[in-house]
Amino acid sequence: MSGLIIEGVTKKFGNVTAVEDVNLHFKTGEMICFLGPSGCGKTTLLRMIAGLEEPTQGSISFEGKDLTRVPVHQRDIGMVFQSFALFPHLSVGENITYAMRIRGHSRSEREDRAKELLDMMHLPGVADRRISQLSGGQRQRVAIARALALNPQIFLLDEPMSALDANLREAMQIELRKLQQELGITTVVVTHDQTEAMTMADEIVVMGRARVLQTGSPMEIYKKPVDKFVAGFIGTSNLLPAKMSGENAVRVGSAELRVEHGAVGQPAGTDVLLMTRPEEVFVRPIGASAPANAVTGKVSFVRDIGATIEILVDCDGHEVISVLTPKDWPDVRIGDAVTVEMPAGACTVLAA
Amino acid sequence: MNILRRLYLAIFAIYLIGPIIVITAVSFNEKRFLAFPPRGFSFRWYAEIFVANDWFAALMNSLVIALAAATLSVLIALPVAYTAWRYGLRYARALFGLGIAPFILPPVIMALGFLLLFTSTGFHGLMVNVIIAHAIFLLALPLVTISLGLESVDKSLIEASQTMGASNAVVFRTVILPIAAPFAFAGFAFCFVLSLNEYIIALMTVGFTVETLPVKIFNALRYGYSPVIASIAVVFLLINITVFSLIARFSNLTRILGAQD
Amino acid sequence: MQEGTRLTRSIGLIPSSVMIGIFFMVPFVLILLTSVSVPTADGDYQLGFSLEHFDRFASWFYIERALFSAGLCALIALLSLLIAFPFTYMLTQFGPRSQTVWLIYILAQLSLSEVLIAFSWQILLSRTGGIANILVWLGLAEKSFSMAPSAGAVLAALVYLAVPFSVLLLYPALSRLDRSLTEAARTLGASPLRTFFTVVVPVTRPAIISGGVTIFVLTLGAIIVPQVLGKPEHWTLSVLITDQAIFNFNMPFASALAVVLLVISASVIYGVTKFFGGKS
Repeated sequence: MSGLIIEGVTKKFGNVTAVEDVNLHFKTGEMICFLGPSGCGKTTLLRMIAGLEEPTQGSISFEGKDLTRVPVHQRDIGMVFQSFALFPHLSVGENITYAMRIRGHSRSEREDRAKELLDMMHLPGVADRRISQLSGGQRQRVAIARALALNPQIFLLDEPMSALDANLREAMQIELRKLQQELGITTVVVTHDQTEAMTMADEIVVMGRARVLQTGSPMEIYKKPVDKFVAGFIGTSNLLPAKMSGENAVRVGSAELRVEHGAVGQPAGTDVLLMTRPEEVFVRPIGASAPANAVTGKVSFVRDIGATIEILVDCDGHEVISVLTPKDWPDVRIGDAVTVEMPAGACTVLAA
Repeated sequence: MNILRRLYLAIFAIYLIGPIIVITAVSFNEKRFLAFPPRGFSFRWYAEIFVANDWFAALMNSLVIALAAATLSVLIALPVAYTAWRYGLRYARALFGLGIAPFILPPVIMALGFLLLFTSTGFHGLMVNVIIAHAIFLLALPLVTISLGLESVDKSLIEASQTMGASNAVVFRTVILPIAAPFAFAGFAFCFVLSLNEYIIALMTVGFTVETLPVKIFNALRYGYSPVIASIAVVFLLINITVFSLIARFSNLTRILGAQD
Repeated sequence: MQEGTRLTRSIGLIPSSVMIGIFFMVPFVLILLTSVSVPTADGDYQLGFSLEHFDRFASWFYIERALFSAGLCALIALLSLLIAFPFTYMLTQFGPRSQTVWLIYILAQLSLSEVLIAFSWQILLSRTGGIANILVWLGLAEKSFSMAPSAGAVLAALVYLAVPFSVLLLYPALSRLDRSLTEAARTLGASPLRTFFTVVVPVTRPAIISGGVTIFVLTLGAIIVPQVLGKPEHWTLSVLITDQAIFNFNMPFASALAVVLLVISASVIYGVTKFFGGKS
C-alpha cells in the first residue's frame, strides 16, 4: 500500500485525550494540511507522524512500512518547527548540512549541497552568516532548506508561517506550495489559518476537539462543509436557523426555500441551519419581481473595502452577509428593506 | 535628586574600593613596616611571592588545587544539570538540590564533616582530599551556571536534531555541549576563584600537610607580618578581575547572574 | 518504552551520585554520629549515644556565644541589605556595558577571601597605617589610634564582606523588575522616592527576605574576621568549632557545636521564609 496511512490512532496524555481515533490515507506526493483551532490535536498528530510522540493506540505507516515504533531519529523525515529551531551555535551552512555532518559526509559534499539548497531557496551566498544575522523570512527559508537537505520522504511543517510578518505570509504560502510541487514530496502542514490551508493544500483535514471532522479538497470543504463548526471555520458563512418543511425544502421565518445540498432528508419540523456563502447570495431592493428562494430583511451596514463590497442584512435578528463587486452594486443604503436571494444550489442544510 | 544619586554612588564606590586602595598602597611600601600613607615605592613584595620558597609553594598548591577542584566540580555538575533540564526526572532534581546544599551551609560544618570523613578512613592529609572537598563544596556554582545557561536553550532544538537523524548521544555532543560550554566555563571559573580563596576547608582537611595560600596568610597574620600579604591580595584581585572579564567576554555575564534578556 | 528510558537516562547520573553520596551525605552523618558519641578512657571517642556534649553546650557561656553569633549576623544582614539595595537598584538601570563592568568588579571583590578582607581591615583600623592616620592628617584627630580589636571592627569588616554578596543576591530580582510597574506609579503621581518605597521594595520583597536569610547564614560561617578583629568575647560559634576541632582535638564537642549551628541555620531559613515569605 502506498502513501501515508494513519490507522485508528489515539493519543492520551494521562486523562486527557489529545487525538481520538484518527483514520487517514494520503497519496504519496500530496500536500496535506491539518487545519483547526488551537488544542484540536493537529500538532500532536503531526508529532506522531514525526515520531516525537508515540500513539497510545493505532498505527502509522508510509509506503508499506510500519513506522509506529520507529524512533524519530531513524525515520526519513524533514521537519520545520514553529520557532524554526535553528542552531544558534552553527552558521547557516552548518545548520543546513547538520544531517549530513552527523552521517559522516565530507566537507566538500556538504558545502556543495548547502550552496545548492540556498540557491533553491533564493538565498545565495549566506552560508557563512550566523543565524542571528538573518531576518524572520530568511530564517524560515533556512529551516526549510535544512529539513530538505537529505531529500526526506516526508516533509512536516508545524505552523511554519506563524513567526512571519503578515505581509510575508501570503508570498511564502505560494512559494512553499510551488516548491512542494516541484519536488513531489509528501508534505503535511499544520495550521490554524484557513486561507493558508486553502492556498497550499491538495487535501485538508479539519480537526476539532481531538477528532477529524472532515477531509477533502479545499473546494469540497468550502462548498460542502459537514457541520456548522467546519462551515464557520472555513471562510465566512451565513447561518440561518430554519425548520425542515418537506423533502427538499426549509422554512425560514415566513419564507419557504428549496434546498439541494446537505442533510436534506430529515423529517419535517426538524430544526436545522441553512448555510450559504456570501458570494452566492444577492441583495435586491424590495420591488416588483420577488425572486423565488429569498428571505427579507433590512440593511444594517455596508462595508466598502475597495475591491469588494459587503452588505450586512439583518433578517429577523440574524445577520446575513452578501459580498459583491462594485459593478454589481444594487444601490441600497443602511435601513433599506431588501430581499436576499438564495438560489437553491447555494443552500446547504446543516445540523443545528 | 540626581546629585544625591551621584553622591551615593560615589560614596558606595569609595566604600568598596577604599580598603583595596589602602592595601595596594601598602603593597608598594618600601620598608617592612606597615604605613599609610606609604613611604617609598617598591615592587619587592611582589617579587617575594615568587622568590620566597614558602610563599611560592603555597601559591602553587592553591593553583593546582583550584584547577583540579574546578574541573572535578564541573564534571560532577554537568550530567546532573543536564538530566534535570532535559528530562525533569525527580531523582535528577533531588540530586541537584543535594548538590547545592553544601554551599548554603556555613563552611565550617562541611569542613568538620570532611575532617571526620578523612580521618576516620585513614586518608588524612592528602592533596586529593582538599580537591574533592572543594569540588563538592563548590558544586552549587557550576550547577547553577549550567542550569541558567540551559534554561535559555529552545527545547525544540533537540527535537529538530532528532528529526535529522541524531541519536541522544549525538544530540548531546553536537547541540547541547557547544551551547552549554560557555556556561560550564563560567561555573569552572567561579569554582576556581573561590577555591583559591577558600580557607577553612583547606585548613581542616590538609592544613598541616599542604599549605594553601589563604592558610599561609592567616598563619602569617597571627605570627608576624609582611607586606607580601598585601601584594598577594592585589595579585588575587587582579586574577579575579581577569577571570571574570574573560567570562564576560565569552558569555553573557548579566544572564548568568540572573538577569533576563 | 517509557519505563526503560527513565532508567537509562538515570545511568549517566551514577558517577555524580556516588561522589555526592560519599562526600556530602557521609560527612554529614559522621557529624551527627560524632556529636552523640561516647568518650572512651584514653581521651578518644567511640560510637554510642551520649548527650553530654550537648550538655556542655547548655552552659550559659556557650549559649551566650550562640545568641551573640545569631544576633550579630542578623544585624549584619540588615545593614548590608540596607547599603546594597539602593545601589543594586541603580545598577539595574545602567546600560548593559556599565552593568557588566560593575558586576566584574563586585564579583572580583567578592572572591577575595575572608582572610584577605580581615587583613585589609586590620591595616585600615591599625594605628600606623589606617583610617586613624588619615583623620590625623586631615586634622580631625590629635593622635592616631587603633580601632581594633573591637566589636565594631568585626561588624564593619563583616558588613563589608556581605555587601557584594547582597548585591548579587538582589540583582536577579531587581533586574527582572517589570519597568512598567514603576512607570505606572509615576503616571499616577508618585515621586521617584515614593515609587521606590511603595513599588520597588514591596515587589522585590521575596528576594530581600531570601537574600537576608542567605547573608545571615553566610556570615554565621565567618571564621577569620572575628578572630583577627575581635577579642575572644566577640568570637562566633564557627570560630569556637574550629578552635575545638583543631586546637583542642575535641571532635565530639566540635560536632555538637556544629549541630547547634546547623539547627540555627536551618531554623532561620525555614522560619523566616515561612513567616515572612521568601523563596528558596
